[in-house]
Amino acid sequence: MVSNRLQAIWVIARRDFVAVVFSRAFIFFLLGPLFPIIIGFFAGAVGASVQHDLDRAVIGVAMSAHDGERLVAARAAMIDHMTGGVPDMQVIADVAPGATFDSRAVLKKRQMSAVVTGTLDRPVLTGTQGKIEDWRGMVSMFAGHARSDHPDFYPDIRDDVVATSAAHEHTGQVVTAQAGQLLLFLLTMLLAGMVLSNLVEEKANKIIEVLAASIPLDALFMGKLFAMLAVSMVGVMVWGCGYGVMVLFGARHLPMLATPAVGWPLFLVLGFTYFSMAYLLLGSMFLTIGGMANTVREVQTLSMPATMMQLIVFFLASFALARPGTWIEKLAEIFPISSPYAMLAHAAEHPSLMPHVLALGWQACCVAVMVRGGAALFRRNVMKSGSGKVSKRKGKLTEAAA
Amino acid sequence: MGKEADLTPEMRSQDLAIEARGLVKRFDGTVAVDGVDISVPRGAIYGVLGPNGAGKTTTLRMLLGIIDPDAGYRRVLGSERPTEVARRIGYLPEERGLYPSMKSFEAIAFLAALRGVPLAEGRTRAREMLEDAGLGHAADRQIRHLSKGMAQQVQLIGTLIHKPDLVVLDEPFSGLDAINQGRLEQMIRGLAARGATVLFSTHVIAHAERMCDQVAIIAGGKVPFAGPVDVARDRLRPQVRLETRVQDGLWRAALPADARCDVKATGSAFWYFTLPETGVEPLLRALIEGNAGILSLSIERAGLHDAFVAIAGEAAARALEETREEIVVKKGRR
Repeated sequence: MVSNRLQAIWVIARRDFVAVVFSRAFIFFLLGPLFPIIIGFFAGAVGASVQHDLDRAVIGVAMSAHDGERLVAARAAMIDHMTGGVPDMQVIADVAPGATFDSRAVLKKRQMSAVVTGTLDRPVLTGTQGKIEDWRGMVSMFAGHARSDHPDFYPDIRDDVVATSAAHEHTGQVVTAQAGQLLLFLLTMLLAGMVLSNLVEEKANKIIEVLAASIPLDALFMGKLFAMLAVSMVGVMVWGCGYGVMVLFGARHLPMLATPAVGWPLFLVLGFTYFSMAYLLLGSMFLTIGGMANTVREVQTLSMPATMMQLIVFFLASFALARPGTWIEKLAEIFPISSPYAMLAHAAEHPSLMPHVLALGWQACCVAVMVRGGAALFRRNVMKSGSGKVSKRKGKLTEAAA
Repeated sequence: MGKEADLTPEMRSQDLAIEARGLVKRFDGTVAVDGVDISVPRGAIYGVLGPNGAGKTTTLRMLLGIIDPDAGYRRVLGSERPTEVARRIGYLPEERGLYPSMKSFEAIAFLAALRGVPLAEGRTRAREMLEDAGLGHAADRQIRHLSKGMAQQVQLIGTLIHKPDLVVLDEPFSGLDAINQGRLEQMIRGLAARGATVLFSTHVIAHAERMCDQVAIIAGGKVPFAGPVDVARDRLRPQVRLETRVQDGLWRAALPADARCDVKATGSAFWYFTLPETGVEPLLRALIEGNAGILSLSIERAGLHDAFVAIAGEAAARALEETREEIVVKKGRR
């Protein structure tokens, strides 16, 4: 029976997937989100360029006067031959050989992204880990050319890593959490409308009767949900590729998010899983609500409260993000519909994995309950079924037959 | 009969494709089906006969597990949960429906896949069956581009593609022209010949009378009769049509008091009456010995229509006629 049910889910999912993906309307569905992204990309690129000009990254140079001037001159001579963002260089102090200089104090007080100290043979780069990694090679090259027009070697750079403060790092992770939540919300909102109208086709074409007689209604529900999930995966892949292309052409201008607490690979896996759960939870609810509608007009009327409900859930998760450790955060993590959003934010801020295992198990149970409940409601209200209190006692049959 | 009486209820159940006892269904407080009992033997062609709103479709939907009864018991192909044996059932609903964007053969293959036939096999079988039905040219056409009759045939093929043991057809003849009705009758007989059980609902007595081994007469949500067509007809005594040379004589005593007489200008008389319980022989003897001068004599068994009137009542019979007229008018408008 389980294999029959799975097969039924597969048959429905396959039909719906093919019907949606191989329709002309799907191209517009795919292109839809690309328009604001493209516009956003160009607007962002222009904005980033303006910002870049206004807030140019600067490396302070605190060496002996001779070394400092030669280093700045080497940069000026080479900048025309370089592409991408080359930071500015400013001499900020004349430091006698052997004297010490407090680069960290400069980084705290002045608008400097990094500071080069030491000598041209042994430069020291002070800055955050990210900046040092970005600029180590570049500074080495400038130092090499500062030593000689035809450098025979490029000096090794000594790192002096400035750790960002814990508060600063947490702020970055909160931004990552917010970005994850927003992306999750946008994706589920985009697809929920499609799910809402999903059963109208069957009802309008009167095929629902045949489906109900052939397969269990919860298999029909599951099939439809998974079909739309697969459709959404196609969409996510296309949009992801689009984003990838943009990254290739304009990575430097795209905003960089702080590394989530669980790390990027796991965060992406969790993001994908929570998206699936959020979609299945909302989808099963919307499928049930949409199943009550007989016409597209009724679906349109229902879509407004459905969208509002999604917004409330999103706001709850966002609100909880700003109140870590409170009952609101716990509520958002436990309440099935907001749980995927809240838990994705949790992944951005906390490295532990066990809460995610528990949350995913809980969400999967809720999906199963909602699908079964939705199918029962559909059966009762739309197919006009009864209480199902059927006598199953064989004795009754025996008496009746006799 | 004696042999059947020796069977236990369980053994009798095994011979039944469908068994329902006391099915009840209410919609918003209105009783749509009120204690229906039906026993459909395996391999039989079984008709559910009744006017619109009698409860035919609701009964079929309960038997198929599309809806659950509020009370009662049902067993279909040996299972108390009809959806568990759905793969052995073919169902053509009254309101036909297919996905309009699907090609004919894909739509049939989809219906087959719902009943567990692998997609590739379903596609192959679909093309073959479309060819057999003379619809090979329509195999690659979308449903939306087919005529209503062709779409209906496609759906019927989809109903039968998985070679079901039980075929349930809700008003299968409605919407079909006379030629296609004939083809459908042939198809139903073919199904029964290969051992399948066919259960269909209809409001046309002629179809039930021509095709069914057994019928359930349903009116007002109740089934006042369920059993072999012959038994239904035998509920009424045969009608006698007698033509005599003379109008009077001792033989008149052999005729029932309510016999209707129609005197011809030639002097001969036609008598119409129900065959007396004593049978044909005493009647014939009395007529001959009483010198009735028999010119002609015919004894006609009651038709299913008369049986329907007698069993379900005049009101139900009128409703049945009205259903037919309604459908004819609708067809005319189209």
